[in-house]
Amino acid sequence: MTNGFQIVVCGSLVPDPLQTLEPVTTPQGPGLKNETMLPSVLDPWSAHALFEAANLAKQIAGSKVYLVSLGPKAKLQQLMMTVAQKVPFELVAIDGSASGFTDAHVVAAALADAIATIPGLDKSRLLVFGGCASASRDASVTMQLVGERLGIRDQFAGVDEIRVQADGSFTTLERIEGGQYLVSACKGAPAVLAWATGNLPEPPNNPQIGMANMRGVMPALMKAKPAAVGVGGIVYEKTEIPAQKRATRIVKDASTDDIAREIVEWIKK
Amino acid sequence: MKIFALLHTQTDGSLPKAALETLTAATQLSRQMDGTLTVGVLGAKAAAAADTVAGCGAAAFLAVGDDAVMQARYATDAAAATALIQAADAEIVLAPGTSRFARCLPGVAFRVNAQIDTHIVAVCGEGGAVHAQRWFYRQRILGSFSRTARPWILLVDGGVNAVWQGTAGAANAQAVAVAFTDEDVRTTVTGIEAPAADAQTIRPDAQLLLVAGAGWTKKQKDGQYHIGDAGRLIQDFLKQAKASLGSSKSLVDIKSEGQETLSFMSHMNQVGQTGSTPRHAKGLSTCCHGEEPHVVGWRFINERRAINLDPNCGWAQGKADVVYVADAFEVITKVNALLTV
Repeated sequence: MTNGFQIVVCGSLVPDPLQTLEPVTTPQGPGLKNETMLPSVLDPWSAHALFEAANLAKQIAGSKVYLVSLGPKAKLQQLMMTVAQKVPFELVAIDGSASGFTDAHVVAAALADAIATIPGLDKSRLLVFGGCASASRDASVTMQLVGERLGIRDQFAGVDEIRVQADGSFTTLERIEGGQYLVSACKGAPAVLAWATGNLPEPPNNPQIGMANMRGVMPALMKAKPAAVGVGGIVYEKTEIPAQKRATRIVKDASTDDIAREIVEWIKK
Repeated sequence: MKIFALLHTQTDGSLPKAALETLTAATQLSRQMDGTLTVGVLGAKAAAAADTVAGCGAAAFLAVGDDAVMQARYATDAAAATALIQAADAEIVLAPGTSRFARCLPGVAFRVNAQIDTHIVAVCGEGGAVHAQRWFYRQRILGSFSRTARPWILLVDGGVNAVWQGTAGAANAQAVAVAFTDEDVRTTVTGIEAPAADAQTIRPDAQLLLVAGAGWTKKQKDGQYHIGDAGRLIQDFLKQAKASLGSSKSLVDIKSEGQETLSFMSHMNQVGQTGSTPRHAKGLSTCCHGEEPHVVGWRFINERRAINLDPNCGWAQGKADVVYVADAFEVITKVNALLTV
């Protein structure tokens, strides 16, 4: 019987998807115009990973969820106002840039160092969760780099499901080409799971969970260590938004038959 | 410069299309950099797969075809790829951005002290340096960049390069030894889960993507829901047009919220900011709003049309070539009838 998992979720903030993003050049490399003012959300893939972690922790007695989040401290604090109400977790905050132009290698080093120093960390019970993609850098490499730094050799990417057996072994479904799933069985922790969107809906806000979380969030933010996270080894030459506006032809007042014929002709062309 | 094309086979021993596209990129880069090309293959029948691309101009071929790499498992794939990259003494590694390599090559980068970049949409050699392009912020910003670190591993997106075509022959691939350990086989691939052939809605090679939005599941002009009809119309269209099916986030979220929706859809169909960015020549959006978080997923759809009752929807704001202000139920019924003729 498993003694429960220590589930460490890596996740940070990204600009709200409804925001207009414009690249600018800064002394530190590319950035976004008015980046500090842009409203933020928890990256959607990381969010799914967090919700799946909490769901798993509820099922397996003795489990605990940690959220390791690298971002500007002030923005993390704002983010926690909403995220902290979703599911129970202990925050480990790292103060640094969450820009999508930072080098994943540098970010992974900072995350792995923070995870390694979690008090009472037991690698035999460790599951490291995160997103297989992100709405910012979208490198899809950070989780694997974190895992290797922690010496974890069982890694899964594009996960939509984990099913844990009583002995701590588990099966996973990973998305692969053609809308299919790769089914794997693993003997147990430690493992890294980089999540796709999973199957769970976003939990509703729960003020009780929020209050319990915030008791730990504020001290965690206060003791957040700074991390010098930047573009690392990347030499940027250009960042741009390609012009893509089309001259849309709007077809109104045409009969259904005419529209259908035009569409079929287009499909067959 | 030592360019290494790192490829893997499919379960039947053939090289996937993405691998052959990567080989094209690697041969071009090798010419541009006046470099030396080596090809490495891992997986089932690796040496035989190398023979199929023997005419690519590579100076050497390497292979790992052990039983351990018959399945797509992180630990054994990482060990094999590490051995291949080290055997090739590679400076630049080009590999296909398949799920198998996306899973393991980042870990390999750590093991061989390399830097890695993914979702590469362009790579070229110019001025003695290798330059790459990829999208940031989910296809909103295009970045051009290079790295001086070596090795540098680049995972190339599918659909970007032409499929390599050339002669097969005797590659005489050198078998590379890999010391797999017990720790490498704690995971076992037990199978593939796939929808039944006639229920598969995701077709990466389809010319046309049909996107269904949440409007299909709303009350229609008679004040009733017609979700059953919606499902039949969409599935009939997919069959007749041999199209792939995408969805907006709002439609696939309906299912996870416990409401009635189109049973054949899942989050795997989702296109957009938090979904996929498929590559198809044409896309037809139906009952979908056309807002930016969804439309970023259409970055690589060349010709776009939309059917929407709202003439001011997002598609009409320069995001589609044509917007038909019409009832999708009626239009798709007629389209399906015409396609069966």
